Amino acid sequence: MKRANPMRQRLAALGLLGVPLLTYPLLSLPQGEIAGIPAPYLYLFGMWILLIVLAAVVAERRGK
Amino acid sequence: MLSPGFVLFLSAAYLGLLFAVARFGDARADAGKSIISANVYALSLAVYCTSWTFYGSVGRATSGGLSFLTIYIGPTLMLLCVGVIIKMIRISKAQRVTSIADFIASRYGKSQLLAGLVTVIAVIGVVPYIALQLKAVSASLQTLFQTSGGEFLPGMIDSTFIIAALLALFTILFGTRHLDATERHEGMVAAIAFESVVKLAAFLAVGVFVTYGMFGGLSDLFQRAAAAPELARLLQMDSSRAGTWTALILLSGLAIIFLPRQFQIIVVENVDEAHLKRAVWLFPLYLVAINIFVLPLALGGLLHFQGQDFNPDTFVLTLPLARGAESLALLVFIGGLSAATGMVIVETIALSTMVCNDLVMPWLLRARWLGVGERKDLSGVLLGIRRAAIILILLLGYIYFRAAGEAYALVGIGLISFAAVAQFAPAMFGGMYWKQGTRAGAVAGLLGGFAVWTYTLLLPSFAKSGWIANGFVEQGLWGIHALKAQALFGLSGLDEISHSLWWSLLANIGLYVLVSLYSKPDAVEAGQAERFVDIFRHGARDTDARLWRGTASVDELVSLLERFLGPFRARQQLAAYAAAQGTSDWHALPADAGFVRFAEAQLSGAIGSASARVMVASVAREEDLGLEEVLDILDEATQVRAYSRELESKSRELEAATADLRQANERLRELDRMKDDFISTVTHELRTPLTSIRALSEMLHDDPKMDLVDRKRFLGIIVNEAERLTRLINQILDMAKLESGRAEWTTAEVDLGEVARETMESLGQLFREKGVTLEGEIPEKGPVVLADRDRLTQVMINLLSNAVKFVPGETGLVQVRVMANASEVRVEVADNGPGLTVEECNVIFEKFRQGGNTMTNKPQGTGLGLPISRQIVEYFGGNLWVESRPGAGAKFIFTVPLPASEE
Repeated sequence: MKRANPMRQRLAALGLLGVPLLTYPLLSLPQGEIAGIPAPYLYLFGMWILLIVLAAVVAERRGK
Repeated sequence: MLSPGFVLFLSAAYLGLLFAVARFGDARADAGKSIISANVYALSLAVYCTSWTFYGSVGRATSGGLSFLTIYIGPTLMLLCVGVIIKMIRISKAQRVTSIADFIASRYGKSQLLAGLVTVIAVIGVVPYIALQLKAVSASLQTLFQTSGGEFLPGMIDSTFIIAALLALFTILFGTRHLDATERHEGMVAAIAFESVVKLAAFLAVGVFVTYGMFGGLSDLFQRAAAAPELARLLQMDSSRAGTWTALILLSGLAIIFLPRQFQIIVVENVDEAHLKRAVWLFPLYLVAINIFVLPLALGGLLHFQGQDFNPDTFVLTLPLARGAESLALLVFIGGLSAATGMVIVETIALSTMVCNDLVMPWLLRARWLGVGERKDLSGVLLGIRRAAIILILLLGYIYFRAAGEAYALVGIGLISFAAVAQFAPAMFGGMYWKQGTRAGAVAGLLGGFAVWTYTLLLPSFAKSGWIANGFVEQGLWGIHALKAQALFGLSGLDEISHSLWWSLLANIGLYVLVSLYSKPDAVEAGQAERFVDIFRHGARDTDARLWRGTASVDELVSLLERFLGPFRARQQLAAYAAAQGTSDWHALPADAGFVRFAEAQLSGAIGSASARVMVASVAREEDLGLEEVLDILDEATQVRAYSRELESKSRELEAATADLRQANERLRELDRMKDDFISTVTHELRTPLTSIRALSEMLHDDPKMDLVDRKRFLGIIVNEAERLTRLINQILDMAKLESGRAEWTTAEVDLGEVARETMESLGQLFREKGVTLEGEIPEKGPVVLADRDRLTQVMINLLSNAVKFVPGETGLVQVRVMANASEVRVEVADNGPGLTVEECNVIFEKFRQGGNTMTNKPQGTGLGLPISRQIVEYFGGNLWVESRPGAGAKFIFTVPLPASEE
């Protein structure tokens, strides 16, 4: 039996992690503003970019 | 000043440039040097961002704040499930799937009904979306001219119609250059990737212009918006819309893979699975980039046009125009045109393939049996049908645009399309992961979901446009409140999209699962289910050939291929297949199951799996295998695979066992050799005393007159030699016992000091006779070890008698020391004899090896004493060794571990 591909599993795990991070109720946490920028705007884009960066690290790492 | 002529010229020039890019891509692909890299693939995925993104997102942000982001977060999360997408790609490549309709039809037994149903849903669902693109282009043209005061096109000529016609021409040139069995269009993909860059650059340019040129940067913009009460709410999240938020993420996540154009780009146009690794993060990054200025643009527009009449969907154009930045406005227009054309081209190509293969061909084929078109070469007809389909689809889009016109906001239409293609999800996912899913289930699910979608979303949108009475929305069908289209069974509090998604998916999944569980698949379905679900295991396609049985003729199949692919391409493919089979001439190929499979696969690429199956069946007489037999073959295949895996692991075990055996054999042979050596040495050792005994006895026997003194001397020697013989035999037996582990040991507490003293005393006479001094340095009492007293005494005697043998008479000195540390007792027997070389230090512990030169000196011992002593000491867990240098005496040392302390 072929072993499941670890890269695919890591990416899928990231996707599953993204679901609670980018939906309610966690989304209602950031309120007000930070340095003149609304906190929800910062939170959404920050979390989104973080997920993408992590995905890039996982996907582009040279497999051994 | 922007004149209409100039703008149209610019648009045409831009389309020309796109076409050049596409031709370049095609030329490179034909030359075998594909320009589709991982980056190009990732960028081409951005065909997802249509003019709805380009213009509509800003409009949506003016009313819903950040909620437009859900449309882009969903795809990000969906793409991370790379395994699902890779599975889709693998299946499509193995089954020659060229569209999503083909995928679903192929999975459920190559069903024409299902293929047609999916096509109809896709066309109905997506045509409004195409209309939306036309509307966006038309609206952007109007904005450009209104604001700059230019004249609109003269007379009756409708600019949107011209654009639609241009797009149709363009798509025909792009997508139907020739018939390709894989339906791959590398030139088109290259052009789409190019467009993605253009629209991103244009959007970022206008974003930076508005944020930093018209306002003082992001925080200034946000500060001013926060100050206006009606804008402040756009900046914060609205928890009451949590359900909508999640529903939209789900919806867009499904759309990214099930929209016909996305399926085309992600699955059909994929050249290399490895490209997904780049797309999985680069495409989401693109989405972030194109969205980062959406909210600032919306706020900027609202602030700038406060109190005026404005359309938020065109903010990206009106804002730069308001500042007189005409060239930027032109760039934005080109960006919007990119977004619209990219979507329209890919979508119509995908839809035209579906319409041609899954709607027109089946009908045409049936009609052909009635005598229509016994044409030699149908490939031209196929291309013609596709071109007609492209024109028809764009015409439908145009008509819808004309009819719906201003009826409904841009965003509404996009989401309605998303909800339509979301109906494919149960049949797709079920088909990929659930073997029990049947055709009946898929048909029921799709029909149910589509019906609910139509009733809760499509018809109400018609009602909003005023085309039909809106009674079923307001009061419910036939006045029944439970049937109110947007509050079905009283479910209210949701927006219309979530409401429709919830009910349609419930109906879809429910029917799919329920009907699947209560229906039986036929043989073809069961085979396809196996191939789809276990695609990763069916890599070698070993069962394919066995699932077909019947008779066919090569000539008939070849003429079939020539009719649909054209003679040239058909011969190309045949030659390639023959080469793969190891023959140079395809005429010589046998018409076996493999060849039939090949022909069907080629036809599938051209006319879809369902039609291909019908065509092949028309020339090949296939025996019906029946469900039971198919399942048997599949089971058998699974079992064979299991057996072969088992066999593999067994053979690995066997190899390991063989290696072990070989090692053991080596060891045995070594032991055997040692035994031989031992026996020859022993016989030699035994013969020496025997020889002298025999010689002397013979002399005594032969010479009765020998005088008494000699006789007595000879007898003395005989007695000595006999004693030595006895000792030797005893020690050999002892050694054999020790080595075989059969020796008897009695373990008790032994005072080692006492043993040493006793041994010294008993051997004292021997030392005194030779005049050798024997000194002891032994504690009064102890140390006590657990050992066999007699055996330890044997060791001591051995060491002492060895020592006395080698020290010189009169000046000889032998010292015995017994001491103990925490863990062991150490006994030293030191002499001042001639000492040993380093080599001898090792050798003397081997059997029958003695100190001194045995060739010249008379042996003084048996050569077994030290090996036996070492065996004994090691049995009790200690060590026996010698420290010595030539001329400096020898020190024999042995240790015995102390018993573990009780505490």
